[in-house]
Amino acid sequence: MIYAGILAGGKGTRMGNVPMPKQFLLLNEKPILVHTVEKFLLNSRLNKIIIATPKEWINHTRDIFEKFKINLPTIEIIEGGLDRNDTISNIINYIDESYGLNPDDILVTHDAVRPFVTHRIIDQNIDEGLKYGAVDTVIEAVDTIVESQDNEFITSIPIRNHMYQGQTPQTFNIMKLRELYSKLTDDEKQILTDACKIFTIKGEKVKLLRGEIFNIKVTTPYDLNVANSILKGSLDK
Amino acid sequence: MINQVYRLVSPRQIEITYKDETIATDKVVVRPTHLSICAADQRYYTGTRGEEVMSKKLPMALIHEGVGVVAYDPEGKIEVGTKVVMVPNTPMETDDFVAENYLKSSKFRSSGYDGFMQDYVFLDRDRLVTLPDDINMDVAAFTELVTIAVHAIARFEQKSIKRRGTFGVWGDGSLGYITCLLLKKFYPTNKVIIFGKTDYKMNHFSFVDSTYNINNIPSDVEIDHAIECAGGKGSQYAINQIIDHIKPEGSICILGVSEYPIEVNTRMVLEKGLTIIGSSRSGAEDFKNTVEVYQRHPEVVDYLSTLIGEIHNVSSIKEIIKAFEADLSNSWGKTIMRWKI
Repeated sequence: MIYAGILAGGKGTRMGNVPMPKQFLLLNEKPILVHTVEKFLLNSRLNKIIIATPKEWINHTRDIFEKFKINLPTIEIIEGGLDRNDTISNIINYIDESYGLNPDDILVTHDAVRPFVTHRIIDQNIDEGLKYGAVDTVIEAVDTIVESQDNEFITSIPIRNHMYQGQTPQTFNIMKLRELYSKLTDDEKQILTDACKIFTIKGEKVKLLRGEIFNIKVTTPYDLNVANSILKGSLDK
Repeated sequence: MINQVYRLVSPRQIEITYKDETIATDKVVVRPTHLSICAADQRYYTGTRGEEVMSKKLPMALIHEGVGVVAYDPEGKIEVGTKVVMVPNTPMETDDFVAENYLKSSKFRSSGYDGFMQDYVFLDRDRLVTLPDDINMDVAAFTELVTIAVHAIARFEQKSIKRRGTFGVWGDGSLGYITCLLLKKFYPTNKVIIFGKTDYKMNHFSFVDSTYNINNIPSDVEIDHAIECAGGKGSQYAINQIIDHIKPEGSICILGVSEYPIEVNTRMVLEKGLTIIGSSRSGAEDFKNTVEVYQRHPEVVDYLSTLIGEIHNVSSIKEIIKAFEADLSNSWGKTIMRWKI
């Protein structure tokens, strides 16, 4: 089976003093999360779309899908975890309990706040996910990346041609991810904020997939302005 | 959802725009899979439509020949994954006498209205026709071009005198090829003659009864009816040649688009009592009839496959440009874009 996991677990601390998590904020009068899920619904290769959201927002999530008349059996809404990997774990546990796990099952994980994702990106994630077991959607780094370990002086400046910026979706073979995650020490779990890193750190190959510069993550008020401008600017023409 | 629309903003420049769409409407959502480039798209792409038209119609997504698969039907009537051909003409009203493609209010995709170069296309239910599941989608991509010939022949049937006799087709391009092919299928006992100017192109027309180079037509060659598929400046020469060789009360169907007004020998049109039938674009009915032809005569699809010039996998704007540029330097056949963007 091919699953999508929409990571809507954030509580939106970066968005500043707003009354609700960023995935529920409006982009052209529709919650960002709805925009994102609609794109996934149109890919018929996905058997289930599991949305993981904070417990106290589960009802709200149900309500908005109802409001936008998206009431489909493909969608399931579950409780997210404390952080990104914890949320992914919850999704995997839910799949295991509800449908059981098979060696070929893959999970296409995607940030709820990246509504500009395209059909190609989702479709290629499925293709490459089935083939390689771990896929990361990236774009070539535009700015020079500077590393500093003490937050004060430059430690190193990596060669830009070797640098990419991570986006989502990230796609994983579910059983493989679970196996690798279970082998991590608690300390390792603390620093592994990115699921692809779990694969890399354990010596597993992760396939790069071309994202899009516009596949932005709407996490700050500035991003929301940019996203609304992109959309409304296009609508005028 | 945010739908990416790939629009031409100025000659040879395509940019992405984003449109807010909702899947919970009365429209069927189609994922385009195979698109075919038409000469009309190229006139926009290269900017030869002239500045005034360009500034009025751009930005606009090109392509009006295309097929895809149903991604979502809010009413659940069409199964997801069903292969469909998309109808580019979108009527805004109905008329008891005038066909949908001649109504001034109709919107036509990639002519002032976004074409099929989009992540998903949202269509009214009557704007798609289901294709057989085993169809060659690279061929089905240019079904719209086939409907042009189907539509013109249907009009000819309605408006011409009843004797069929011999058909003459002027123009050795894709439309000429399709027209000859369909005439042979619809009128198997009648003769079809192709009049063209490029020998290697006319060699493709293996199914016609005779072939003439337009620079060397014997004066005693006669036809009962003619279909002009030359277009451009060529249509003037083609139409006047037709007038010379056609029998009295014959019909001339004009299909080729000419950018400028042309001169026609009206004296002989009057003397021979000719009927001139103009024909442009097509409607949903013609698409249904065309798909029926595919099913009734599967060999038509095989013949049509010889019209494929180049197939391009397209997953970025750069690759769209590459396909359009390759099409410009391609002298025979259709350029197909497998839409993987």
